[in-house]
Amino acid sequence: MTGANGSSAGEPFVQVRGVSKWFGELQVLDNIDLDVREHNVVCLIGASGSGKSTLLRCLNLLERVEQGEIRIDGQRVTHEKVDVNELRRKIGIVFQAYNLFPHMTVLQNVMLAPRKARGLSRDEAEGRARGLLQRIGLEEKADEYPDRLSGGQQQRVAIVRALAMDPKLMLLDEITSALDPQLVSDVLNLVRELADTGMTMILATHEMGFAREVADKVCFLDGGCILEEGDPAQIFTEPREPRTREFLSRVLAGGRMG
Amino acid sequence: MHALHQVLHAFFNLHSFTLAMPDVWAGFQVNLKMMAVAEVLVLVFALTIAVIRGLPGRGAKPLRALAIVYTDFFRGTPIIIVAFFIGFGVPGLQLGYISNRSFTTYGIVTLTLVYTAYVTEVYRAGIESVHPSQRAAARSLGLSYWQTMQYVVIPQAVRRVIPPLLNDFVGLQKDTAIVSVIGVAEAASLSQQFSTQNGDFPSYLVAAVFFILITIPLARFTDYLVAQREGRERAQAF
Repeated sequence: MTGANGSSAGEPFVQVRGVSKWFGELQVLDNIDLDVREHNVVCLIGASGSGKSTLLRCLNLLERVEQGEIRIDGQRVTHEKVDVNELRRKIGIVFQAYNLFPHMTVLQNVMLAPRKARGLSRDEAEGRARGLLQRIGLEEKADEYPDRLSGGQQQRVAIVRALAMDPKLMLLDEITSALDPQLVSDVLNLVRELADTGMTMILATHEMGFAREVADKVCFLDGGCILEEGDPAQIFTEPREPRTREFLSRVLAGGRMG
Repeated sequence: MHALHQVLHAFFNLHSFTLAMPDVWAGFQVNLKMMAVAEVLVLVFALTIAVIRGLPGRGAKPLRALAIVYTDFFRGTPIIIVAFFIGFGVPGLQLGYISNRSFTTYGIVTLTLVYTAYVTEVYRAGIESVHPSQRAAARSLGLSYWQTMQYVVIPQAVRRVIPPLLNDFVGLQKDTAIVSVIGVAEAASLSQQFSTQNGDFPSYLVAAVFFILITIPLARFTDYLVAQREGRERAQAF
């Protein structure tokens, strides 16, 4: 997993330059610059509506980037001619609401994209899918439908479904926000494990304790801008910006520092 | 009492009922054939048109417009008018092969044209009911637009619309009687012939019974599917 395609040691794996986006009149991203190095974990924090999810969705082109440039793995992705399907195969995204396919079993959920988008044989895709499910301790749920699983189990399946494509980058969009508190830790453990294996990840999260623990860099978003970024210790203990301080103290008051 | 007796005799005379059975049954087989063929064609064409209506992008605009014109036209036109158009108009064109088909074929074409328009709307509602996050999930895994439709959107949409779709098929099955107006020798027209010859009406009752016998199971099956889904959704809510 070392820098292929010209992502040399010097060049960040993800480069976001001057990205802006509007929903109608409303500007949701305002001149965003962001670098993510390979094997690093970057956490995006900030209030709901600050642009964290939109930024993630721009990275895999689920949202159109109206201004600015994004480079991933040395490739300029904000370009008319880019093959979005090809690009998305190397970027996994996991959503707050899991978005498993309800008409497919867990195993089929995990096998679908490897088979159809990567062209793996059924046997190969199934073997890999079962292996991944085993890794998260859900191999006995392989033939169940998603509605038979708890939220935490569904979210772990969603992560594994993304991993089955062997992504080089994982985008996690508030993946624990819809979960009951007692189910959060299983999901976070899996993310921690991914971080340990050197997966490059960008997380939008409200789990500040977790962000502090796993992040190599934390970015505080406010009104579509990255207002402040730095290493977690600095951001969480001595934030420079008053808005960051205000946000963190409100989170702290809400008991979400974990 | 005399009047009641007369009514009973005219409509429910068992002897006449039995006598009419073979003729009407022969006609009803034509209805069954039209139903079966039209239903299969409707399922395929309607899904195709529904998918066309949902195509994204500016390039597909003419196709979408065509699909809208089609559904508007055939949903708005009474089926009997369509039957006249097809059953009398097409043979009148003297276009060789397509003008030399049987009345039954023209009947099937009529039913297919009209019910494709209804069922297109049913499918479309189903496709639109699949939450956009499902598409986002599929696309973000690297599946193409068509793969997303094929494996994720359409299977979920079809499952959801089976009850209203079967409802439309009950309508289609009954409307096989309407195409008798272009000369299809089916149950309704044969029962009318029998009635004229015999001077009474039990033959109509025979035809009615045949239609009811095939629509009731379909209606109960639809109820069953709806109940099953409600049960599942309730289970999910807990």
